[in-house]
Amino acid sequence: MATGNLALGEEQGLSNARPRVVNDFSINVATVNGSGSQSANSVLLKSIFGMGVPVSGKNLFPSNIAGLPTWYTIRASKDGYVARKRDSEVLVALNPETAKEDILALPPGGVAIYEENLNLKQYRDDVVCYPVPFDKITAAVCTEAKLRKLVKNMVYVGVVAQLLHIDLAVVEQSVKKQFSKKQKVFDLNFGAVKAGFDYAQSHFTKQDPYYVSAMNETAGKIIIDGNAACGMGAVFAGVTVVAWYPITPSTSLVESTTDLLKKFRITPEGKATFAVVQAEDELAAIGMVLGAGWAGARSMTATSGPGISLMAEFSGLGYYAELPGVIFDVQRSGPSTGMPTRTQQADLLSTAFLSHGDTKHVMLLPGSVKECFEMGIAAFDLTERLQTPVFVLTDLDLGMNNWMSDPFEYPEKPIDRGKVLTAEDLERLGGFARYRDVDGDGIGWRTLPGTKHPKAAYFTRGSGHNDAAGYTEKPDEYQKVVDRLSRKFEHARTLVPAPIAVKNGTSKVGILAFGTSDFAVRESLDQIGNEYGKSVDYMRIRAYPFTHEIHDFVASHERIYVVEQNRDAQMASLLKLDLAAEQTTKLRSILNYNGLPLDARTITDEFATKEGL
Amino acid sequence: MATAAPTPKVNRIGLPIVDYRGGKSTLCAGCGHNAISERIVDAMYEMGVEPERVMKMSGIGCSSKSPAYFMSRAHSFNSVHGRMPSVTTGAVLANSGMTALGVSGDGDTASIGAGQFVHLMRRNLPMIYIIEDNGVYGLTKGQFSATADIGSKLKTGVINDLPPIDTCALAIQLGATFVGRSFSGDKKQLLTMLKAAIAHKGTVMLDVISPCVTFNDHEGSTKSYKFMQEHDEPINEVGFVPAFDDIAVDYASGEVYDVQMHDGSSLRLRKLHEDYDPTNKANAVRTLMEASENNEVLTGVFYIDTKKPSFTDQLNMVDQPLATLPESMVRPPKSALETLMTNLQ
Repeated sequence: MATGNLALGEEQGLSNARPRVVNDFSINVATVNGSGSQSANSVLLKSIFGMGVPVSGKNLFPSNIAGLPTWYTIRASKDGYVARKRDSEVLVALNPETAKEDILALPPGGVAIYEENLNLKQYRDDVVCYPVPFDKITAAVCTEAKLRKLVKNMVYVGVVAQLLHIDLAVVEQSVKKQFSKKQKVFDLNFGAVKAGFDYAQSHFTKQDPYYVSAMNETAGKIIIDGNAACGMGAVFAGVTVVAWYPITPSTSLVESTTDLLKKFRITPEGKATFAVVQAEDELAAIGMVLGAGWAGARSMTATSGPGISLMAEFSGLGYYAELPGVIFDVQRSGPSTGMPTRTQQADLLSTAFLSHGDTKHVMLLPGSVKECFEMGIAAFDLTERLQTPVFVLTDLDLGMNNWMSDPFEYPEKPIDRGKVLTAEDLERLGGFARYRDVDGDGIGWRTLPGTKHPKAAYFTRGSGHNDAAGYTEKPDEYQKVVDRLSRKFEHARTLVPAPIAVKNGTSKVGILAFGTSDFAVRESLDQIGNEYGKSVDYMRIRAYPFTHEIHDFVASHERIYVVEQNRDAQMASLLKLDLAAEQTTKLRSILNYNGLPLDARTITDEFATKEGL
Repeated sequence: MATAAPTPKVNRIGLPIVDYRGGKSTLCAGCGHNAISERIVDAMYEMGVEPERVMKMSGIGCSSKSPAYFMSRAHSFNSVHGRMPSVTTGAVLANSGMTALGVSGDGDTASIGAGQFVHLMRRNLPMIYIIEDNGVYGLTKGQFSATADIGSKLKTGVINDLPPIDTCALAIQLGATFVGRSFSGDKKQLLTMLKAAIAHKGTVMLDVISPCVTFNDHEGSTKSYKFMQEHDEPINEVGFVPAFDDIAVDYASGEVYDVQMHDGSSLRLRKLHEDYDPTNKANAVRTLMEASENNEVLTGVFYIDTKKPSFTDQLNMVDQPLATLPESMVRPPKSALETLMTNLQ
């Protein structure tokens, strides 16, 4: 209705009373799962990005095909903060089911854009309301009734763009990119954006303080999700065998890997230099990965918590029989089925010791999409170098959300295939013992099936074996092999990615974190500095086993806060197993495990409480 | 006068049979599995397969130990219980030019491994899958397996009252392209079937009744040597002429199914049962079900299809093994990454 612009804002003089808030707020789009809002959200995100403003997006969605509530939050941050913000100032309410709770969640002075017949202004007199007749506007620009549900989403993009002063030409570019292949689809969608923009222009006077204003902070940057970045890493690592079983939130990792393989790894003769197999379950997926790794392929799978549990027995075989293979674990909320579409970092302990017996695994912990790519490559070199499965643990937040990043760099180092003996080597050596530590690094030499030499073959088994790969139950022979495996794991400390000392000054207090907690920790460090005048050191862990820098960091501080996204302080527990006894008492925990990505305020508040600030 | 040492007999690639032998068996004396290992040695030797071009795969159990007892010059992988199919799938994808020979047991296949077994069959992965089938768990001392027949009796007097899984009927229904049953005690039939198996491209599933002399060879067992000698009912007489033998054998037409195999060999199945057609799936399954109802143990080649593409054919991979492709073929060039980065800006 035409008087919507006069709803509440002007009466209370909000826009006059408050200074402009430029490039520092969050938009929360509340829709229904399956309504096709993804494209619209992506266009909005990329339009803000196109304005040169640092931006991040998070999809908070249900485990459901269609019909349940979904929220998408877009954060614009002139300071470059990309963690989740606890409050969103601008609401786009399109889901009648949640509209009331959505508007009640707005901070005072916030903005609500909503379908006008929801009549939300009755619930809040302290927010600016912009009621929009979305259905009417959509019907006018989209004659095909069955497309209206989708096109309606583009109308809100137009409304939001106009109200927040996002350049329409930039939005047009984003829409063009989104629907690059089809002119007709572009016309329909941009028509809807335009209609929303025009409606807002002719019906509303801006009552709120939120503005997007052009910056130059995104030039040369890319936007990508972590799953696609991991897949890209795998492809540039030269992966040849992919075996997988679909599971949220890892599915898109394999799908994007497959897309890239089809694009870049078909020979001029039309033949594939790869094989992708959708297995019958995760047991088969990891079995295929280890079988392929044994036979010399660069193999991988991607999964999430329940799949990791199913891979336990095979992971022990991989450790003991010393087989390469890369396992991407895009963590979700557990235990059990848990919340499949919510994030967590809670597979750390179960993965580190996955399987029965004395078993330990190498884990890489990327903390950005760029590291997803880099560690996606490094994992393949490490698994072949160390001849043991390597797990890359990301999470749903990193894997399924869009992140801004510097472009990825082409790997400088050639591919490392590890210690493999050829027929010529065997001829020269006169034979070999598969599990003998001839180099003193705990890693034996292997041969690949098919090596044309009478001495090439050896017997791979998960049962007790001696250093010549023969079956054994002799105490000393058995122990010699498992002791060497311990030495190999120690050697792994020197090969895995070292931690990043983000800040290592003179503070007596330090923070240790890993993965996606990094975004919130960095912002929290600024909050602690600004609000409490305190400087805190921070080191980001990037792999297990821990490298010596982590031990040094703990040793050089009086108190260490381990920030992580699980209930049981799993990283702190792993650290306690590794640190000298007198160091373990320094560890304290700041934990977040409700399924939402960690935000800076949670860390700052808990840190302040625990430090008595 | 010094005499030269006699030259050992060699096969067509110049190797003596000793190059196909394995370690000393630790299975019980008289175990059917040992006879099967011997037939594998004979078949590989006679077919002139390079030992280095074979991968021996297995799961867990008495049967799965046997790859240690033949062909020491071939790489071997003794994996986890019931999961040999997935490990073999991965290994074959990595190096599809090799001959994959899997040895499993009735427990390893029909109980813990049933899930992977059925998916292996439906993929038609090129491999030879042998079930050394004795109807009991040996290493845990004689419990029934899922292939034990109704009414079969354990040494302790316990009678099996659950129906057996017919792994052959299952394999045929699911998509394996060479399915047969044999008996470890029938040297000729088993050897001929193994040689034909080596020539086939696709999943060969051979269920070989292999009596357990310790836990299931007594009166009342339906997997004993005696029971097999009394109930073995060959459905056809299996003949095999390898591609490298230029022998023409004449049969009266209508008596023999002559199947041309991928490598030019021919599998000749002389009919013993009236009009049994080994290319008819539905009939094969019906025949097996009827035989089971009549307490007959049918042996021979039940089903063969040399036309269906194998799993590796369907994946359209390069001819070289994926395992050893050079970096230039597996790491896309710098320009590829640059294009991707530009598109993401």
